[in-house]
Amino acid sequence: MTATFIEWGMDAGWAMIVSAIIGSLLIALPLMLAVAMIIYVDRKVWAAINLRRGPNVVGPFGLLQSFADGLKVMLQETILPSAANKGIFLIAPIVTFSVALAAWAVIPFDAGVVLADINVGLLYILAISSLSVYGVVMSGWASNSKYPFFSAMRASAQMISYEVSIGFILVCVVLYAGSFNLSAIVEAQKGHGLGIINGYWFNLLLFPIWVMFFISALAETQRVPFDLTEAESELVAGYQTEYSSMSFALFWLGEYANILLMCSLNTLLFWGGWLPPLDIPVLYLVPGIIWFLLKTFFFFFMFSWVMATVPRYRYDQLMRLGWKVFLPLSLFFVVAISGWLMFTRYGVAA
Amino acid sequence: MLQIIAFYLFAALVIASGAMTIFSRNPVHSVLWLILAFFNAAGLMVLLGAEFIAMLLVIVYVGAVAVLFMFVVMMLNIDFAELRAGFMKNAPLGVVIALVLVCELVLGLGAYRAGIIELGTPSGEVLLGETNIAQIGELLYGRYLFLFESAGIILLVAMIGAIVLTHREQRSPRGHQNIAKQNARRPDEATELKQPGVGQGVEL
Repeated sequence: MTATFIEWGMDAGWAMIVSAIIGSLLIALPLMLAVAMIIYVDRKVWAAINLRRGPNVVGPFGLLQSFADGLKVMLQETILPSAANKGIFLIAPIVTFSVALAAWAVIPFDAGVVLADINVGLLYILAISSLSVYGVVMSGWASNSKYPFFSAMRASAQMISYEVSIGFILVCVVLYAGSFNLSAIVEAQKGHGLGIINGYWFNLLLFPIWVMFFISALAETQRVPFDLTEAESELVAGYQTEYSSMSFALFWLGEYANILLMCSLNTLLFWGGWLPPLDIPVLYLVPGIIWFLLKTFFFFFMFSWVMATVPRYRYDQLMRLGWKVFLPLSLFFVVAISGWLMFTRYGVAA
Repeated sequence: MLQIIAFYLFAALVIASGAMTIFSRNPVHSVLWLILAFFNAAGLMVLLGAEFIAMLLVIVYVGAVAVLFMFVVMMLNIDFAELRAGFMKNAPLGVVIALVLVCELVLGLGAYRAGIIELGTPSGEVLLGETNIAQIGELLYGRYLFLFESAGIILLVAMIGAIVLTHREQRSPRGHQNIAKQNARRPDEATELKQPGVGQGVEL
């Protein structure tokens, strides 16, 4: 895109800035639309599993429910609790929301369709997702109220615990792909299983890693069964308790943008991203972005499926799973995979 | 041009947020300013072309260390009146530290005026055209392997030491929780259905 602007007679620096802004908008706006629709999908799937109807009043099949909710939320009054720490109270939802959007900069939707094709893409994702805890912690503290504060404490402990195992899991994938660049990781998965299956999931060493990644992703996005930060039976609504109107909506949008991000990471790291599931020429006729969106949507369905069926963990169980099960297991797999790769790919004598 | 604007933006923000870390009255605000400082320092690293270091700075310091800071500071709920009470007692020590810092500053500026130190020329060949990560990996696991591994072992020892120091053998009367045993429990061995007659009650 930059080259086009330079052709139009723009200065190279300006062309870069303008194309970056347009690129960000091209990602952010469809993403917001996708978030609105995915909230609807989430509620529908959840309702179907509970044998309910779900949203079905606003628009055909209730499709416009999320937009109605958005409008309602926009017209509400923003309430500032008098005991709150005003500045941080207002910044917290903005942090959550913008961090959730920022991570999408390095996600490749198709071959070459990526805003920032940086060679530390995966590390960037890890860095940004480690930032997302600050929105929760800041809001919990600034609300100056008991339940949000408990929620903030829980969130920071939970995020740190699961970030460790996610880090090791990503290292395994990086070892196999030999790159931190997300596009390169996807390309490396082409024909990985038996020369015909695109994706790392078809691999005895990486499949358990994928299972761990999926569960850690649930914990990282604070979805059921790990949603202890907003456990409504204990903490009212956790860190969102004191929020209203748009600041509340920003938390929701950020949360769902994060969930979609984790689904797309599942797709990119283990299920071949924009590549079709099988390495057959006919399947390449379907555009890559369709495959990418289909896979991401499938993982989102799995997220809602889990949400509708699994009861919430107790906090000590959550910590135990993170530190005593996932951490040793993922560490073991890092050693096993690097050993296996040394043995098969790089040669022992090296 | 763009780089210069970005540099001054990041540099000014690092200094400003560093100053605010010291000046803000609320410790939680201090930590938040510190996080902003880390973040902008990462921006400076990106400008230097050291994107790997920048990402590590954010992951390690912002993502882990600062979260722990925040955790502790939020939990402690520091009382400022109490902190200020000890000010006069510690004032002489503060003056001494300030003097040392002034001396260092004067010396540093003087040395800067006197001209730069003759540094040795780098002996190894400069690796160009490779990514940051590959270069650092090459050095850490090749040339500095021994130092790198021993640093790792020192950290491991420190970690084990911390665990040993804080670990206390639990002697609670309730006994330990056996997770495997709990998970293996089935409803039919844990519960029993009874149909007591009216006014009879249940034998337990």
